Amino acid sequence: MIAEAGLAALWLAAALSLLQLVASLAGPRVPELRRLIVPVAAAQGALTLFAFLMLLWLFLRTDLSVQLVAANSHSMKPWIYRFAGTWGNHEGSMLLWVTVLTVAGALLALLERRLPERTLHATLGAQAALALGFFAFLLLASNPFARLVPAPRQGLGLNPLLQDPGLAFHPPTLYFGYVGLSVAFSLAVGALLTREVGPALARTMRPWVLGAWVLLTVGITAGSYWAYYELGWGGWWFWDPVENASLMPWLAATALLHSISVLAARGGLRTWTIMLAVVAFSMSMVGTFLVRSGILTSVHSFAVDPARGSFILALLALYVGGALFLFATRVGTVKEGAGFDIVSREGALVLNNLLLSVILGTVFVGTLYPLLAEAVSGEKLSVGPPYFNAVTGPLTLALALLLFIGPLLRWRRDSRPNAPRIAAPLVVTVLAFAASFVLDPAMSALARLGLGVAAGLAVASLLPLAGRNLRRTPLATWGMVISHLGVAVAIAGAAADTAFTEETLAAARPGETLAVGPWQVRLGSVVPVAGPNWTAVEGRLSASRGGRTIDLQPQSRFFSDPPTETNEAAIRTLWDGQLYAVISGAEDGGRWQLRLWWKPLVTLIWLGGGLIALGGLLALLGRWWRGRRRVREPELAYA
Amino acid sequence: MRRRWWLAVPLVIFALFLLAVGWRLSAPPDATVKSRLVGRAMPEFQLPAATPGRPDLRSADLAGGGPKLVNLFASWCVPCIAEAPVLGELKGRGVTIHGIAIRDAPADVAAFLRDHGNPYRRIGADPRSQVQMTLGSSGVPESFVVDGRGVIRYQHIGPIMPQDVPTVLAELEKAG
Repeated sequence: MIAEAGLAALWLAAALSLLQLVASLAGPRVPELRRLIVPVAAAQGALTLFAFLMLLWLFLRTDLSVQLVAANSHSMKPWIYRFAGTWGNHEGSMLLWVTVLTVAGALLALLERRLPERTLHATLGAQAALALGFFAFLLLASNPFARLVPAPRQGLGLNPLLQDPGLAFHPPTLYFGYVGLSVAFSLAVGALLTREVGPALARTMRPWVLGAWVLLTVGITAGSYWAYYELGWGGWWFWDPVENASLMPWLAATALLHSISVLAARGGLRTWTIMLAVVAFSMSMVGTFLVRSGILTSVHSFAVDPARGSFILALLALYVGGALFLFATRVGTVKEGAGFDIVSREGALVLNNLLLSVILGTVFVGTLYPLLAEAVSGEKLSVGPPYFNAVTGPLTLALALLLFIGPLLRWRRDSRPNAPRIAAPLVVTVLAFAASFVLDPAMSALARLGLGVAAGLAVASLLPLAGRNLRRTPLATWGMVISHLGVAVAIAGAAADTAFTEETLAAARPGETLAVGPWQVRLGSVVPVAGPNWTAVEGRLSASRGGRTIDLQPQSRFFSDPPTETNEAAIRTLWDGQLYAVISGAEDGGRWQLRLWWKPLVTLIWLGGGLIALGGLLALLGRWWRGRRRVREPELAYA
Repeated sequence: MRRRWWLAVPLVIFALFLLAVGWRLSAPPDATVKSRLVGRAMPEFQLPAATPGRPDLRSADLAGGGPKLVNLFASWCVPCIAEAPVLGELKGRGVTIHGIAIRDAPADVAAFLRDHGNPYRRIGADPRSQVQMTLGSSGVPESFVVDGRGVIRYQHIGPIMPQDVPTVLAELEKAG
């Protein structure tokens, strides 16, 4: 019954989304229909949420008469993985996607007060059109509630590799981020339909974009750390297509976040902001499509189904193509906003947007180039880190340099000489750059520049606070400062990783000692160990530096079902870096393959990512708090 | 209404993306990796017997005699089970088949042969896929047609299904 209830709720919600679409199309002429839009959006969100909860329940009780549960779960799984298993498969993740989409639509319908009603209704119409397509996809091509007759006695999903807390919560974080951007997309489409683009639109859009951006930042940072410790390759970003698929919406959302602030504060950059809002969610859909269709080869593999791929592609063509068509034909008639000088806050934000867009274009082209090349010339090739690093590295540094001055500039026009204020960070940059020659004469130029710029930016990011009463500084300003500081920290980590990492690769016998950086690592012994469904060889390593000794136990695991080998890296985080050890199978003659890395300051990469997200969260809270105060104060005045 | 051409640029880029992706969906990539050894001599190897009491397999066994089929299989491989009756049929038609058991244990191989039949004249054990790698094979099952002088003539990737039998027989004929 649970499955049937969920399915019925899903059909009802789909019907309501059709009603919502029709009502918002006919709304301008038929007031009775117009009044339906908001309650229908709310009911639709509630029904979809109900369907999702039903699926969650089925997974928790491992109801094997449901095909999806039987294929992806197992009664022996710990409950947390049964729980997370709900969205760890194609159908469940699509249901999660529409759930977030419709709940976001419901919240927008219920909470939004600033937007002109016409635009809100058009926006909800766009949101309903999005939801309708994904409902059709779920119900026609990937029903999560399909029964399996007869029910098997046990489920198939006990893949040990997928039992990892990081993997359980990494995808939904990204999904919430992607779908949060759908609201910005619908708002942009709604505004294009009514031609009402202005500060009110930007203020409505901002919390959604900010929230989505925070979640994407967290998701990408966590994903990067997960790849770092789980894959045992010692790298933190591989320019894998699936990584790029999450990075592209983030880049677009970052640009959007900055251009929204121009629209909200000054009414400028209308065309550009609308385009970014369309592009950000389009990139989310493109990313999801690339990931789910298996069109690009990647370390992430998902079940590939060409029929489903074509379905999503058709939706993509309809939504993105439709929105971009609206943009091309209508945005020219949107009223222009206020102008500004080149040297101004707006000017700096435009430059920020241009740089981010070029990085986005670079990643987009690099990700799809193998496909294009094969389509045109039949040649198979791959685009790797050398291309991505060479292009995005310098652009990121240019972006960081822009941050020295951008936040200090005034809106509209700035003739005040800022040179004295940015003298301090520039001096720090030059000093750090010079110091890098002393530290290591053989460092690469990009790493050297990265260290210099990161040091300077760490100082520059704090300048907006200089001369302010810190207790009265708005939370949003603190958020900006912390995010920008996070950028400095992350760049420092990436540069330090490139510049200072020491690597040793050797075949060692027990009793031998290897050197990596300042550490002496002794392979004490190699012992067999066993887990619930795996056996492993475990290296007992002791690493010493100065008088200090730490133990490391990397494992090479063999899972029996399905037969797989994984390397469990041993990673020890110290205040000044990480020691990273991987052991793999025996060589001839009693020797073991050992890979050792000493990675000074590498943790700064993820610390920086965390700071960037924290800054976004503070800005979100600050704006929300201010919004509430603004609502309450007039009431007090009348009391 | 002012029309600005550059507003259509995103639409054009997106149309290109759709074209490329649509092309890929209609022409799925050829994920199989052809061995570079087709047309060359079998590399040298000496594999121990995959199960006790049955003959082992060396490259020398492949250098002489008539054309034969070398089949890479494993007891843990499900498509290999589907392939087993077809190999039995080929054996019935007089084809010499040698096996290489990939990443397998002797007891498992014995159980596999008991349950699904034994079409193999000789079976070598390749517990760490070393010979498999040398052959340029990327998975199991996979089969190679080797001619009377030990030269690899043909590679079949994936299980040999009933509809593949005429092709494989024709390749054996050509190698003869």
